[in-house]
Amino acid sequence: MSAAAYPHRAPQLRADHLIDDPRVRIIVCCGSGGVGKTTTAAAIALRAAERGRRAVVLTIDPARRLAQSMGLTELDNTPRAVRGVNTEAGGGLDAMMLDMKRTFDEVVEEHTTPDKARQILANPFYQAVSSSFAGTQEYMAMEKLGQLRHRSQWDLIVVDTPPSRSALDFLDAPQRLGSFLDGRLIRLLSGPARTGGRSYLKVLHAGFSVMTSAMTKVLGSELLRDVQTFVNALDTMFGGFRERADQTYALLKRPETAFLVVAAPEPDALREASYFVDRLSRDAMPLAGLVLNRMRVDRAAGIGEEQAIAAAERLEAAGEHQLTASLLRLHAEHLRLAARDERISDRFSSAHPDVPVVRLPALAGDVHDLDGLRQVGVHFSGTG
Amino acid sequence: MGDWEGVRLHVVTGKGGTGKTTVAGALAIALAADGGRVLVAEVEERQGLAQLFDVAPLTYDEKRIAAAPRGGDVFGSAIDPREAMHEYFEMFYRLGRAGRALDKVGFVDFATTIAPGLRDVLVTGKTYEATRRRTSSGEPVYDAVVLDAPPTGRITRFLDVNTSVTSLARVGPINRQARAITELVHSPRTAVHIVTLLEDMPVQETADAVAELRSAEIPVGAIVVNQMRRPHLRSRELTAARRRRLDRETIAKGLQVAGLPNNDGVVEVLMDNAAAHAERAALERSQRSVLKELDRPTYELPHYPDGIDPTALYELADVLADQGAA
Repeated sequence: MSAAAYPHRAPQLRADHLIDDPRVRIIVCCGSGGVGKTTTAAAIALRAAERGRRAVVLTIDPARRLAQSMGLTELDNTPRAVRGVNTEAGGGLDAMMLDMKRTFDEVVEEHTTPDKARQILANPFYQAVSSSFAGTQEYMAMEKLGQLRHRSQWDLIVVDTPPSRSALDFLDAPQRLGSFLDGRLIRLLSGPARTGGRSYLKVLHAGFSVMTSAMTKVLGSELLRDVQTFVNALDTMFGGFRERADQTYALLKRPETAFLVVAAPEPDALREASYFVDRLSRDAMPLAGLVLNRMRVDRAAGIGEEQAIAAAERLEAAGEHQLTASLLRLHAEHLRLAARDERISDRFSSAHPDVPVVRLPALAGDVHDLDGLRQVGVHFSGTG
Repeated sequence: MGDWEGVRLHVVTGKGGTGKTTVAGALAIALAADGGRVLVAEVEERQGLAQLFDVAPLTYDEKRIAAAPRGGDVFGSAIDPREAMHEYFEMFYRLGRAGRALDKVGFVDFATTIAPGLRDVLVTGKTYEATRRRTSSGEPVYDAVVLDAPPTGRITRFLDVNTSVTSLARVGPINRQARAITELVHSPRTAVHIVTLLEDMPVQETADAVAELRSAEIPVGAIVVNQMRRPHLRSRELTAARRRRLDRETIAKGLQVAGLPNNDGVVEVLMDNAAAHAERAALERSQRSVLKELDRPTYELPHYPDGIDPTALYELADVLADQGAA
């Protein structure tokens, strides 16, 4: 199926130009859950690798069999070479799965003395922050991306983004968490000594004691004590969190980054994609285009939907050629679904006429091996 | 009352994109039929229910959003953690001034957007309150509460958040509230229904969620298979189609009789469609057997290629009721 089979106003995303361009060092695949982000990221990384890039793909939560096909049997934060990749063009592919807790632990260990690090890692409040806070996964995905970029081992990093409530969380959550960890609240929690000079304290004093008592009431004194121990142990790292989040955010704004918004032809997924595209353009972030997965393809072959249904009815009424009648009904259903997908996708493109789009046909089965990923890659490049 | 007599809290989860909001809406209608009062609430600030029911955006205040068949009312609410927090402060602490002070230093921000634990505590707390709220005469305000819940990947942590709260806050009003919610969630008054499609990943996530919920001792309700397609071919034809062994001559002849073009290109397209259809059917069959092993009541809902409008929603409610959901 060639890309030209989709006559459309939206400009075609030149996928191979993107992955062959040595200036592009980071490709971020984002979008709402359940649209095939992980598969898309893996397929792009594989295609880039087989076209000569030294690529690494950072996955967040791959389906089991897809992970296995890339040799990702454990979640251990270490990029490993994917076997079975064609390296004739001089490239290669590594893959890794993000372990967010471990990444957080590493950040802590890197920024403080071994003694303090031990204290922090053992703190119940830290354990809650590092394993279950909203944004931790996004923050750590960003952190990992920053780390991978610093090493010179790869010339292309493909990132899959965490499955979150909103695709925008990937951009916002790290800063939210960073600001919290560096912010006023946590300083207040850590005790009056940290709120500033003495005169400032006097003015604040009345309000402050109301507040600590409120907080003690709400959180309980034990939890508050855990938080205070955590904050005090974290002392040396203040400033570090927000700064790191800001640095990676800046990295994402550089022209070496390309955002690919992934969606499926479903109203919800495309609404998310729209929000994301608007946000990228408002923040002047480098959007490469929209990948529309699972498009059901219109192959009319000279028989339209209504024509097929009418013919099937005729054959059924005559009680003959039952097989052909069934095939015609099936054909009509295909056309109808293809037209629906087309209509829903067109709506997106009318609202965002400048966003390049690549449409990937729906596959009959699931993708769970390198050949499957290659096939997706071929469609992605529009050369299928 | 169908399969769920005695259940007061219906939690609807599923992998993203499987249609859990649709199922939550349809289930609420089905449960409210014949004079019931049911609340359907969403917790992810998506306004998915408002779109589904084609009403103005839902707010924290519960409003009647639909009528159920043969008399009955469906109420809707979007549980906003920020408002839940203010209500919580009011209810448990009578915090006037201090509550606002907490807001100023960013505590409310922190609690509602950063610490999902707290966010989930607030949201489940509000759900719990609606479930047990009573009128002045002592009757429950709602016959059932349906929660359009977070997706399968987060559902167990979401529902079980209060268990961890009891270990963090070991005494006081938070501890008491958390224990009451924990009790409800682990009791037969709760059922967690999982929506899936007959595809590899949603089915895998369904199986994972069932295992997680079971090990957390949270009652698993029904498996709802959404977007089922009608089979167009008989099983022998499917086997042949998959191997591309359907008889081309017969197909071409049929096309001719029907007065349609019947060149090789047309036959090829029909064969391709049939092969893809058969491939999908085979995949669906294997997924169905995975679901069967979960040993839960299973409801099947038809696919609406043009999306769900309110008419389709009421049809889905009927389909659910017919299969025993209400």
